[in-house]
Amino acid sequence: MAKPKLALYWAASCGGCEIAVLDIHEKILDVANAFDIVFWPVAMDFKYDDVRKMEDKSIDLCLFNGAIRNSENAEIAHLLRAKSKALVAFGSCAVEGGIPGLANLTTKDDIFRFVYKESPSVFLQDGGVYPQPLNTMPDGGLEIPEMWETVKSLDQEIDVDYYIPGCPPVPNQIWGVIEYILSGKPLPAKGSILGAGVKTCCDECKRERKEKKLKQFFRPYEIEAKPDECLLDQGIVCMGPATRDGCGALCPIANMPCRGCYGPPPNVKDQGAKMVSALASVIDAQEPEEIEKILDQIADPIGTFYRFSLAHSILRRVEKS
Amino acid sequence: MKQIKIDPITRLEGHGKIDIFLNDDGEVSNTYFQIPELRGFEQFCVGRPVEEMPRITTRICGVCPEAHHMASAKACDAVFHVDPPPTGKKLRQLLYNVFFAGDHTLHFYALGGPDFVVGPTAPAAERNILGVVKKVGLEVGGKVIEMRKRTQEVLKVLGGKQTHQVTSLPGGVSKGITAEEAKQIEEHCIWFVEFGKFTIKVFDDIVLKNKEYVDLILSDAFTHRTYYMGLVDEQNRVNFYDGKVRVVDPDGKEFVKYSPHEYLENVAEHVETWTYLKFPFLKKVGWKGFVDGKESGVYCATPLSRLNAADAMPTPLAQAEYEKMYSTLGGKPVHATLATHWARVIELLSAAEMALDLIRDPEITGTHIRNIPTETPTEGVGIVEAPRGTLTHHYVTDEKGIVKKANLIVGTTNNYARISMSINKAARGLIKKGTQVTDGVLNMIEMAFRAYDPCFGCATHTLPGQMPLVVRIRDKNGEILQEIKRL
Repeated sequence: MAKPKLALYWAASCGGCEIAVLDIHEKILDVANAFDIVFWPVAMDFKYDDVRKMEDKSIDLCLFNGAIRNSENAEIAHLLRAKSKALVAFGSCAVEGGIPGLANLTTKDDIFRFVYKESPSVFLQDGGVYPQPLNTMPDGGLEIPEMWETVKSLDQEIDVDYYIPGCPPVPNQIWGVIEYILSGKPLPAKGSILGAGVKTCCDECKRERKEKKLKQFFRPYEIEAKPDECLLDQGIVCMGPATRDGCGALCPIANMPCRGCYGPPPNVKDQGAKMVSALASVIDAQEPEEIEKILDQIADPIGTFYRFSLAHSILRRVEKS
Repeated sequence: MKQIKIDPITRLEGHGKIDIFLNDDGEVSNTYFQIPELRGFEQFCVGRPVEEMPRITTRICGVCPEAHHMASAKACDAVFHVDPPPTGKKLRQLLYNVFFAGDHTLHFYALGGPDFVVGPTAPAAERNILGVVKKVGLEVGGKVIEMRKRTQEVLKVLGGKQTHQVTSLPGGVSKGITAEEAKQIEEHCIWFVEFGKFTIKVFDDIVLKNKEYVDLILSDAFTHRTYYMGLVDEQNRVNFYDGKVRVVDPDGKEFVKYSPHEYLENVAEHVETWTYLKFPFLKKVGWKGFVDGKESGVYCATPLSRLNAADAMPTPLAQAEYEKMYSTLGGKPVHATLATHWARVIELLSAAEMALDLIRDPEITGTHIRNIPTETPTEGVGIVEAPRGTLTHHYVTDEKGIVKKANLIVGTTNNYARISMSINKAARGLIKKGTQVTDGVLNMIEMAFRAYDPCFGCATHTLPGQMPLVVRIRDKNGEILQEIKRL
């Protein structure tokens, strides 16, 4: 029997998902043995044209990482959708926009103005020149893709079968998913979240939790947190209660608060809204005004509660006031 | 007029792209190396709490998140006017040197090395890590996988995560190491030094003992006389984590030595309309276009540049290799771009030696790992050497430490102009009137920029060395006259 065909692809991402796949170390050889890898730009020399020539639905499994930031990201997403039987949004950027999705807090125009005009290192005589999609040079025409105004998650562009969250997904979870698929067991229901748990990050965190009564919040640099107690109990905003488990609570183990890269827990659509309600219930105050005053101590709620999920949230993008 | 496009298949991912234009005589009139993507980190970091920057900017590049994590943490220290205690600083340096050793391993064996180990004219299908293993034996392949595994293990202990570390924050680090952990890390570091020595020997046996390769390294097609940049310590020795930025001119004389906060007096960026990436240059010399020499502000920041810009290596085994390299290649500075591979393996050994020194330092298991900032945050610049070049993070905050402005000049970007020039020179040298553009031409052009280990992860996430290429030669009407594919 022919080996199942595997494709891996990166759109608007950092390459960390590729590194996470390589971090399964010697098991990568098992992957190479079990699958016929037909497309993996970072590691293998197959070309876009080769994918285009494939028959529809001829790729058995496609792991797609990265957000959709320009027309080229979108074009290849549509192409791989057509060619793949099972398509997985792999990692935070594909699942929910990820950190590149924070660009939805600003505008393309503001990005260009800073980068090409107002940045303190831009040579002033060059100021005002922006990159253009079409350039007429003395020698001929040159093209570059046009950047989009809004960053999208993968499922805002194409139909997605499964999701593997994490920034990046941790290697043992990646291997777990691959092993499951190789076992030949029936594939999970469409829309399933794979390589993660069904509880919250708090449930796999070893720190001791008590009844929370918060009067004050601290930023991580302001205090030295006690090593065995819940960070949120100590007033450090930790996204654990609003984040799916699966990573092994890596950041709290390193004495740093969770920032939510595994996305919202089951049955929660909006991670930020979930965090607000989680916090509201642990504030040691009765009056709405007092509650608000305590919550106001939190620096940058949007950029913290929606660190990875803004593009996919109910907010999606935030217009400047 | 003809146009040749060298397009990695990754073009449709928004990655790098090369266009070569030929005049009516069939000679190269110009070349363009385009970076077709921008993510806008500098702008969307505005409004974020500055202490979150070491956790946000890691996502600029998943291949070298450690570099952004450290440059960012150092910028945060400067913003809060706080210095980490000695143990905190040493833990950061330990993490950073282990990262350097692992990253240089990846490039030498998987990306750049195949050109030499398997051979520049070998079939492209063999010019990859598997080809390397085939040539030098399975044992070596196993060692490379083990090196990666061990470095990633240490990075997880020190950084909290293997990829996208979280432990550095203003004033130090969030987590120390136990005596037990230190013992395990020491064992790894001993192994790293042995691996560094082994890699030097591999380079020696395969490259240096082959006259053809040495001639190739020194050939004019791969040479540019430019300025060189790198961080140095008080004794002008190479330092990856800390120090001042030293720049030497094409004759090897010190041109300037500046502190991180003085970077804007020394570096500026030129903008072109046909690419999203900017071209940094030495401000005091000026932008004179894509030309080399003393009058042009084009500079280079690579492993070779760091060795050129320094007077010595900080560790003994690497120092011996450093001296050997300059005596073999005819003294300092070395302008031969391909010698960057040699410089890289010397740095790998040095990083391993540094890591071993640090883990054996009694202070490394200390418990005073942070100084809590007490001063009002203002503005700060942090500079480290990323494996691919000097990395600068500059933040301005309000009195609450919320970012008002962020400016970043990332590793590979420093070299954008020189990489473009290297491509141009290789193309001009190889494509003459009536030349049939062959796979060999693609190989040589690719080698011209692969030596830089250009990681446009910071802009495009391309890992060159794995790029399949398509060259199309078109006539004036865009008709394809010739197409060459290299799988």
